[in-house]
Amino acid sequence: MVARKQSERYCLGIESTADDFGVGVATFSGGILANITSGYIPEQGGIHPREAARHHAEVADKILAEALAKAGVKPKDLSLIAFAQGPGLGPCLRTGATVARALASFLGIPLVGVNHSVGHIEIGKLETGARDPVTLYVSGGNTMVTAFAAGRYRVLGETLDIALGNCLDVFAREAGLKHQKGLPLGAAVEQLAKEGKVLLSLPYVVKGMDLSLSGLLTSAMTLLQKGECNLEDLCYSLQENAFSMVTEVTERALAHTEKKAVLLTGGVAANKRLQEMLKVIAEEHNASFNVVPHEFAADNGAMIAWTGVLAYTHGVVTPVEDSCVRLRWRVEKVDVPWVK
Amino acid sequence: MGKVAGQILLKKGAEASLFLAEWHGRRVVVKARLPKKYRPEQLDSTIRRYRTIHEPQLMHEAKRVGVPTPTIFMVDVENAAITMEFVEGKQVKQLLDNISQAERCELCADIGELVGKLHKHGIVHGDLTTSNMILTNAGRIFIVDFGLGDKTGELEAKGVDLHLLKRALQSTHYQFADECFQAVIEGYRRISGEAATEKVLDKILEIEKRGRYVAERRQDS
Repeated sequence: MVARKQSERYCLGIESTADDFGVGVATFSGGILANITSGYIPEQGGIHPREAARHHAEVADKILAEALAKAGVKPKDLSLIAFAQGPGLGPCLRTGATVARALASFLGIPLVGVNHSVGHIEIGKLETGARDPVTLYVSGGNTMVTAFAAGRYRVLGETLDIALGNCLDVFAREAGLKHQKGLPLGAAVEQLAKEGKVLLSLPYVVKGMDLSLSGLLTSAMTLLQKGECNLEDLCYSLQENAFSMVTEVTERALAHTEKKAVLLTGGVAANKRLQEMLKVIAEEHNASFNVVPHEFAADNGAMIAWTGVLAYTHGVVTPVEDSCVRLRWRVEKVDVPWVK
Repeated sequence: MGKVAGQILLKKGAEASLFLAEWHGRRVVVKARLPKKYRPEQLDSTIRRYRTIHEPQLMHEAKRVGVPTPTIFMVDVENAAITMEFVEGKQVKQLLDNISQAERCELCADIGELVGKLHKHGIVHGDLTTSNMILTNAGRIFIVDFGLGDKTGELEAKGVDLHLLKRALQSTHYQFADECFQAVIEGYRRISGEAATEKVLDKILEIEKRGRYVAERRQDS
């Protein structure tokens, strides 16, 4: 453990927007001291919000203790509690918010509600040093292209229906693929796709900087159910189509804004093939390519802790009476006074 | 066929590069859809070929229904390149934030009329941003870049088209987005009439609600 300055201040961040319960500890100067996550894995089907929330409540004390131990920080040394206030699943968000309120009240320290999507962008910027990027944020619940302008992250494009991670997860589940340890179900598609050779014809739907993935998923599932194509080719074709679509809209946003950096963040950012594609367009437009490190790609507490620090040091606090969770809190509704 | 000579890169767009060139004594723009190395060759050539054939057809149809678009001179399907008229003027994107409110509303209403004309005749543009609109010195608005367009009478496609324009205004011209979009709808209404406009407005709302994390979806958040 690194020796620390006496004056260093710490923020504990709680993430619980969907199937992961995460706790992170960040210093006010931008060091991540701990980042512990426990994922809820459904026995069958997708995430049931109430079951996921039950999981979060069951593991909360253990994950909190683990994170504090890892960081070498005692509760009384904390200066700030941050929590993901939205967007996400109600029961899951409420569980995290309850833990956060209790901690802040007990310790008598301020509370800050963080927008989950802003968290993904900020941890990416912190860890990669990307400056003023066009960000592609892809996860189980989100697929959007954002860029900063006049005080907020503006949404330039997004999915018109389902999210990229959701598309891969549902396909993987339908194909009977199994969870690999610590990875989302969709990650199994990446493994099989490597063995794919034949590119099957599937829908490619790009509308300006928006895109639609539901038709692609339906087509892929129809081919799967017919059983005439091999699964490796299907995974390969699904990935190539879906990733080409998100890459095309990101390139359009890059050309439109003329920014000089690209940041890839969110759970699907861990996919090597997607990284490869985005690197190509960044280079073509003389922009730097940045990808969030693997450990901060999926939902995590560290991103909430760090965004909490940014917000708090720029005058944002969330009194308990204003700390209701915000299920549909869009990223473009959030002022980010720390970004210049 | 004459050869296009002396190409200067005007703009490197997302899916195509625009070159300024001379062709039979005219200043022309060559829109070349260069191969995209990020996607598989098979998928890439299908997309480029489709858009290269489709775009001039839509531009031609648009012109026929009274929407100014650059004249097409030559289509080279093999190389996915279109040679078209060079339209001199300013991108609406550059203008919109720097003119008076009255001028802005008038410009947006005119844009709304053009979109109305396209939709009325079953053409959707597919990428309505202010980067794809050029105001000439003579005060005509040219619509360019029909690469993602489609020929369809579907209400859904029209709704998405206007939703994209609304989004483009919100992300690029955030200070004036609301007044601009209202003016667009005013112009659209003049062409499409009350009933069709109300229908498409309802559709836009429905499309927005479909998206994830949209406040309109529920009153309580």
